[in-house]
Amino acid sequence: MSYFKARKIIGDTIFILPAFLLFFTFSLYPFFKVFELSATDWDGISRSVQWVGLANFKDLLTENPTFWLSMRNAFYITFLALTAQNLAALFLAWLCDRDIKGGNVYRVIFYLPPVLSGIVVGLIWNWIYDGNYGLLNHFLSFIGLGDLSRAWLSNRKTALTAVAVIHMWKGFGWGFVILLAGLQSIPRELYEAARVDGANGWVVFKNITAPLMIPVFILVSILTILGTMQIFDIIIATTGGGPGYHTEVPITRIVSTMIASSQFGYACAMGVLFGLILLALSMIQIQVSKRVRQV
Amino acid sequence: MSYVCVRGFIILLFVVLVSGCGSLDKKDLNTVTVWHWMSDRESVFQALANRFENETHIKVKFELYAPSESYAQKVKAAAQTDTLPDIFAVLGEKRDLASFIKSGAVADLTGALNKPEDGGTWKSQFFEKALAVNEFLPDNEYGIKAGIYGVSIDVAAIQMLYNRKLYRKAGLDPDKPPQTWEEFLEHCKTLKENGIPCFVGYFGEIWAIDALASNYAMNLMGEDKYFKTFEGKVPYTDPDWVRVLSLFKELADERILVDGAVTMVSKSAEQTFANERAAYTFNGSWCVHVYKGMNPDLDYGAMLPPRLSKEHPMKVWGGGASSFVVNDQSFRRANAIQFLKWLTKEKQQSTLAAETENLPANKKSLGKLSKVLAEFADDIRYTTHPNVFPVHEDPEVTVALDKGIQSILIGEKTPEQIAQAVQRVKEKVMKKSHQGQP
Repeated sequence: MSYFKARKIIGDTIFILPAFLLFFTFSLYPFFKVFELSATDWDGISRSVQWVGLANFKDLLTENPTFWLSMRNAFYITFLALTAQNLAALFLAWLCDRDIKGGNVYRVIFYLPPVLSGIVVGLIWNWIYDGNYGLLNHFLSFIGLGDLSRAWLSNRKTALTAVAVIHMWKGFGWGFVILLAGLQSIPRELYEAARVDGANGWVVFKNITAPLMIPVFILVSILTILGTMQIFDIIIATTGGGPGYHTEVPITRIVSTMIASSQFGYACAMGVLFGLILLALSMIQIQVSKRVRQV
Repeated sequence: MSYVCVRGFIILLFVVLVSGCGSLDKKDLNTVTVWHWMSDRESVFQALANRFENETHIKVKFELYAPSESYAQKVKAAAQTDTLPDIFAVLGEKRDLASFIKSGAVADLTGALNKPEDGGTWKSQFFEKALAVNEFLPDNEYGIKAGIYGVSIDVAAIQMLYNRKLYRKAGLDPDKPPQTWEEFLEHCKTLKENGIPCFVGYFGEIWAIDALASNYAMNLMGEDKYFKTFEGKVPYTDPDWVRVLSLFKELADERILVDGAVTMVSKSAEQTFANERAAYTFNGSWCVHVYKGMNPDLDYGAMLPPRLSKEHPMKVWGGGASSFVVNDQSFRRANAIQFLKWLTKEKQQSTLAAETENLPANKKSLGKLSKVLAEFADDIRYTTHPNVFPVHEDPEVTVALDKGIQSILIGEKTPEQIAQAVQRVKEKVMKKSHQGQP
């Protein structure tokens, strides 16, 4: 190896080393450490750690109905986000794509909720949903539907949906921006040609917009699933997982197990299992989207 | 040349950055570092630190890390990396303090507390209950050497509070709050008839539910039977436990709780009571400071929860509240202990009590307390706490019980169903414990 080549390799390595060390220390090492800790009974404090093998996973899979209940709750919120939230985002993006008056103002307004902190959003919606002096109940009374008034976040029938609504309100701006960018990337000539051929709005959407937007739909749906399954801050700021287990989601269970119960090893096992489920979901989604593209 | 300089600069920068991640400076023997989470006491702590420095020439650096959940995590993380400060607090349960002690991060203060000095030992200055929270008795379940491992800077009692103005408005005598559960239900009925919402608690924070249920369990069945439940000798399906759970059903059936209390956090419940939107609440003595900030004119009193039974005393959670421990690995251990001794002396405790309206840990500092705080202080003798219990319930069982009570409060489950569900969790935990599983 020539002197110059060796010098180049050493130089490049030195330049990469800081980034690699930071990545290794703060990303790779914790990632593998979680796997290691998931097979222990560590309490998060002690220096001694006892190896328990797959006992934590066995308990999770067979004797922890609460974790699976929290998973079901997360799936419910994700389903609502995938459908209602993204449909609303698509509709608003479609409206803004039509060069309406003040379109830029709407874009800013729609993008405001995602910028806010989840805790702040939660506190605002606590006030809206309040059972005694809440804005929503006040509005319902004003329009003559006072009978529907209730403590929305404390009622077992409405708590989870109420939390899902907050999440969708906060999250639809992301989908809106991505979908709008996708809509604007479709060549206008295609629309004009279709109109000349006599296509109505629905036919244009079905045969031009939807097929060309498939990659964007896939991206938005992957981001929605991964983002929603990991919902946490809004729940902490509104219900804390209650009443009972009605708004518990996997992350609240993991945090509660880790902090309140000091079962760090068990919480790591929950994290690993949850991560694997998210990975499986993403893989399935990618496979499905590949087939859709082929069709 | 410039290429070499740039490369050298980057390497130097990286070395500086990495070395900056090292441990706390251990060379400065005259600066004691204290980590705390009490944002409301930041200014008074700073003033006391200045006073201590003037008297002893030892500098004390208070570092605030709030909220308490983040603080607890920071302390745990620091314990792993040997970067704990000289003085810190272990927030959590007794088993957490035990883990810190086992890992060598907490100094045994028994010797310092019992050392004879002018005016008696350091220990003799405290309320007995103030130190119990940090004390490990001989043959304790954690295998910790018997001793006292921390000192409290204040004490607390978690009780019922009632609004005297709303009492008058409902035609009730504000000097005669309910003594029994039946009286409480009657008073609630009168209050509701006068359009006054009855009871707000922050039952979204499950420890509050746990505290209230624990109070009534000890009142109804006595401490012995209560602890036997933890040992697995009395099932949660015992009629006494079902009766305790049925109290919450009565709260739900009689619509005594303010709407939304089941998921309320402390701040919302405190606002509701401070704004006179509920006649009763359940809160700790620290609330005096909070209510003063929210509504200085609030006219209220503190009382023990109305008793269910006369057979056993009504106990409330409390005792030592904010505690500090000394880092056993610290080079400044002696200075740290000296500061804690100074901080818990009568004069400093009086300053803390006056500025923060908390009950002092030093029994000589009870001088000028507000009326409500004096009522809390009167009931300190009734306090107990899971951290001073001789046996402890598994957290999984506690969570099942508290979440179950939430389910009763929203009318989803009956007391009997919850009793059975909690017992199932208890049996599962005991089975695992016998098998030596996590």
